[in-house]
Amino acid sequence: MFNPDIKLNPKIFSETIKQISPRDGFGEGLVIAGEMDERVVALCADVTESLRMHLFRNRFPERFVEVGIAEQNMVGIASGLAASGKIPVIGSYAVFSPGRNWEQIRTTICYNQQKAIFVGSHAGLNVGPDGASHQALEDIALMRVLPNMAVISPADALEARKAILSAIEYPNSVYIRLPREKSPVFTTEETSWEIGKSKELWIPNSKDGQFSGITIFACGHLVYKALEAAKELKEEGISIIVINNSAIKPLDEKLVLKWAKKSKAIITLEEHQVAGGMGSAIAEFLSENHPLPIKFMGIKDEFGQSGQAEELIEKYGLGNEAIKEAVKKVLNI
Amino acid sequence: MKLTLKKMDDLAITIRQEIVEMLLEAKSGHCAGPLGAVELYVALYFSGILNYDPKNPNWEKRDRVVISNGHYAPLIYTVLAHAGYFPLEELKTLRKLGSNFQGHPNRLLLPGIETSSGPVGEGLSQAIGMALGAKMNKEKLQVYCLMGDGEQDCGNTWEAVMMAGKNQLDNLTAIIDRNNIQIDGFTENVMPLEPLKEKYESFGWKVLEIDGHNISEVIKAVNSSKSVFVKPVVIIAHTIPGKGVDFMQWEYQWHGKVPNSKQTEEALRQLRNLKGKIESELD
Repeated sequence: MFNPDIKLNPKIFSETIKQISPRDGFGEGLVIAGEMDERVVALCADVTESLRMHLFRNRFPERFVEVGIAEQNMVGIASGLAASGKIPVIGSYAVFSPGRNWEQIRTTICYNQQKAIFVGSHAGLNVGPDGASHQALEDIALMRVLPNMAVISPADALEARKAILSAIEYPNSVYIRLPREKSPVFTTEETSWEIGKSKELWIPNSKDGQFSGITIFACGHLVYKALEAAKELKEEGISIIVINNSAIKPLDEKLVLKWAKKSKAIITLEEHQVAGGMGSAIAEFLSENHPLPIKFMGIKDEFGQSGQAEELIEKYGLGNEAIKEAVKKVLNI
Repeated sequence: MKLTLKKMDDLAITIRQEIVEMLLEAKSGHCAGPLGAVELYVALYFSGILNYDPKNPNWEKRDRVVISNGHYAPLIYTVLAHAGYFPLEELKTLRKLGSNFQGHPNRLLLPGIETSSGPVGEGLSQAIGMALGAKMNKEKLQVYCLMGDGEQDCGNTWEAVMMAGKNQLDNLTAIIDRNNIQIDGFTENVMPLEPLKEKYESFGWKVLEIDGHNISEVIKAVNSSKSVFVKPVVIIAHTIPGKGVDFMQWEYQWHGKVPNSKQTEEALRQLRNLKGKIESELD
């Protein structure tokens, strides 16, 4: 059942739960960040409204820099602004940033140790009809390998808002990955959020029957799908654990180890290539510290295609049914 | 630090010798570019144009020097040592394990270095960020970006050129070391850059073209760049790669190569005899 300490939205499985794009949460959070800290400046590359950065631009026009479709230049400018005492927040689609400007991020931000916050929107298959060219499925891997860079894939709009606010405070650069689509806002203002901390959302209690030994680590909006699957599995008498692992790097090693030790096997779930993604991060850690079987749910070395977001999630085996099936397969049921 | 023209000329020769010695010791690195750009750096650092304080390298009001072509490290390190940022003696550790003098500059290891650099084509963007930041902070300082001509091939460079024109960054002076060589050959064969002046002008820049070995011309151009309003300025400084060593001059093969001990001996002999004789061969 739900971990009461996490204070999730009581309406979590109701049809009336609010559906908001995490981009909206980010856009609101950025304005709050700008109000709280005058060092915050924002840069965007011709997708300002799409990133919801117009809210910041309208509020602080003198602190907003439009660079046009020039993501490489945007990173260098952010590095120079950081050197001038600013906290730059860079927004674009994940395919272009970090996709197109990765070397500039590596050299002028990470190696140069200038702090900037990167927001890569339209990450994952949920981009939908625009198709594979715009569906970033590699961005976690690109950013995870960089020293001095944290990586977050917020699970809903509220987490996206908290993510940008915590990134401002964080000592290093941060990558925040956002989807395009709306998704249920299942956390609340009271749900704790910290870079580097994962959360146990669904844990067995005495009424749930014996723990099956399966723990799912999920990130981004798929955390909600994992919770739906956990609820439905419980109705079938299968009790699992769901961890919100949206704070991908630094990995919450303590919590990962705690639940790995209690599990027979784990499942990782992400809207990203399996290679180099969130699941890989967990596997790298556990293979050294507590090896156990892992089922990786994600994209398996292929590109997406056009379609509706939900259709694509189903087609590529990341939906509710696929999750339940994966649990049963791991349990040999 | 402010030196007379005569002293700057002499210093340029000394720095050339030190670069050659340093590269022999390091056994790898870049030769032709650093030797060709000595007068540009000497004019900037020792004529009194640049506001800096080696005793307080993070002084907020200092002018910013962004080095976009980090492979000029041997030149940059030697110039900064003469400017008083660190002892000249330490430069012997260039490119050695554990040294602060990395193959390409790391700003965290050395005072006086604004950006850790190496990959070319990104310095101008960083300089723009600093120029914008200075305007936001209402600080009256000048941002200098030292670039090579090879990096004029990079898309990132032209994204930045367009941006500086748009934002009318009159607190930005770019200096291009136009030595006509890059790794694969002469720039006009690898990827023609001309007409470079007209390109920058059409992007909204004021362009000054000078003989990059003539220290007084460099000083004059940098000074006049500071008095241009509503436009960024680029100084295209024509230089001779490998300047001062006859077998290196104009030879693009010396872009990323260092002399052996025999070649070093000959290079140093030529450089010792150069005092008072540096003159442009561009005409």
